[in-house]
Amino acid sequence: MVENRPVLTLVSHLILLLGLATVALPLWVAFVASTLPQDAMVAGTIPLLPGDAFLANWGEAVARGLAKAGGVPVGMMLVNSLVMALGIALGKIVISILSAYAVVYFRFPFRMPIFWLIFVTLMLPVEVRILPTFKVVADLGMLDSYAGLTIPLIASATATFLFRQAFLTIPDELLEAARMDGAGPLKFFRDILLPLSWTNIAALFVILFIYGWNQYLWPLIVTTDESYYTIVMGIQRMVTVSDEEPRWGIVMATACLAMLPPVAVVVAMQRLFVKGLVDAEK
Amino acid sequence: MQKRVTFPSSPLPYLLVLPQVVVTLVFFIWPAGQALHQSLLREDAFGLSTEFVGLENFEDLFSSGEYLEVFGNTVVFSVATTALSMGFALLLAVMADRVVKGGSAYKTLLIWPYAVAPAIAGVLMWFLFNPSLGVAPWLLRGVGVTWNHYTNGGQAMALVVIAAAWKQISYNFLFFLAGLQAIPRSLIEAAAIDGAGPAKRFWTVVFPLLSPTTFFLLVVNVVYAFFETFGIIHATTEGGPAGATEILVYKVYKDGFVGLDLGGSAAQSVVLMAIVIALTVVQFRYIERKVQY
Repeated sequence: MVENRPVLTLVSHLILLLGLATVALPLWVAFVASTLPQDAMVAGTIPLLPGDAFLANWGEAVARGLAKAGGVPVGMMLVNSLVMALGIALGKIVISILSAYAVVYFRFPFRMPIFWLIFVTLMLPVEVRILPTFKVVADLGMLDSYAGLTIPLIASATATFLFRQAFLTIPDELLEAARMDGAGPLKFFRDILLPLSWTNIAALFVILFIYGWNQYLWPLIVTTDESYYTIVMGIQRMVTVSDEEPRWGIVMATACLAMLPPVAVVVAMQRLFVKGLVDAEK
Repeated sequence: MQKRVTFPSSPLPYLLVLPQVVVTLVFFIWPAGQALHQSLLREDAFGLSTEFVGLENFEDLFSSGEYLEVFGNTVVFSVATTALSMGFALLLAVMADRVVKGGSAYKTLLIWPYAVAPAIAGVLMWFLFNPSLGVAPWLLRGVGVTWNHYTNGGQAMALVVIAAAWKQISYNFLFFLAGLQAIPRSLIEAAAIDGAGPAKRFWTVVFPLLSPTTFFLLVVNVVYAFFETFGIIHATTEGGPAGATEILVYKVYKDGFVGLDLGGSAAQSVVLMAIVIALTVVQFRYIERKVQY
């Protein structure tokens, strides 16, 4: 602190608290709505304190879902989201660490073209090439499958760059020593590189898990079979289900359930999350 | 770029890069090529014949008032989202940097919106601003504003902007706070000794030194608003009312999957790719400059 200005410090705290309240308001309102019975929803502006239908709404959402939206149980959608998020996060980490290892530790023909090939994927988010990518997946017969949900999204230039950057900071002497002791490429990778990369892997995992969990457009177009719906895309059908007012209690319970896993990951692994976020932007 | 010491050449490196190269070729390069190719073709309504039409799809696109309107919506949407989110995040970051106690608690309480999916953020705001149930319209009625995003295009746009900006606050806050904490204290102390008050110090010392962070966040936020906000639009307004919230990524989807206009959708994809590439180049040139400093 440069100087002591108690009034200004008080004002800073007030602004911060006001900011926190503004940011948290949508979440609080969603939670309150998820605890209200349906008849509280027709009486005008909803109250700001929770009601007594918490178990009823959350239970109905998890077990049965919303009948009008096809009655897909949210429990099943949660499992699908988890499979997709884990598949994308682990898949990306595995293929990126392998290719970064090859690019850094080997000299082979076509090394640079391959590096550039990976680099251009940075410039092609799925949103901009949606129709042709859908066609490729359809031709490969991967619609309505976990493979179709995950594999097209696992190529990632960002993760490859991150690992490449991390490998470049590892001293050459380690490789020299390992080679002198007779370690081959695979042994070096498993016994030296991998143990040195755990923090990076964990930080990346946090970011990629959230990325995978929050996918919306891709699951929307590759799944038509309800048993593959993910929760983030499934909620849209609940909101726009008919002309009448949706059952907001159930919808908001679903929204809370959809937010819970990624928010818990971010808050619980805050330091890894911040590291992953900063590293990914280098 | 590469290690001084490497392993001798063998088939192994090819095996290691194979999975990534295959996925990239099949799901990135090939579809992108298809989009480029499709954008030069036109199919008849029954998909029976295709003919090569050159750049006609692009000419149609840029001469159609509708597409230009969508372009305008996208610009309004991304400028508003970026300004709102960065302004709010900067204010909070400056305050959090000021206070000695509780700084990290505030940080923990502000990072979680990052983890909320854009579509879910949209649904939360959709409910918060629901004309008959929502808390926000009730507050707005107090100041004489009638809120109805189902019929009022401007209000619908405001709604999606708030949802998009809300989700991005954590990200901007974290980077602004890191940028602020990297500014040497001695500079601020020197300014204070010379008699500059907190406001003057901020505008003449802190804000200029923060400009690399600000510029970086500007690019990231524009990219976010252009390409990652599909969920917000689709889960709430679906482009309505009367196309008031239709943005480019939503139109690509709508024309391709609902309207089945393959050539037009592909031409739009190509335009979007050009925008991404331009933004990426801007970002990288900036990073290069930063390295030279």
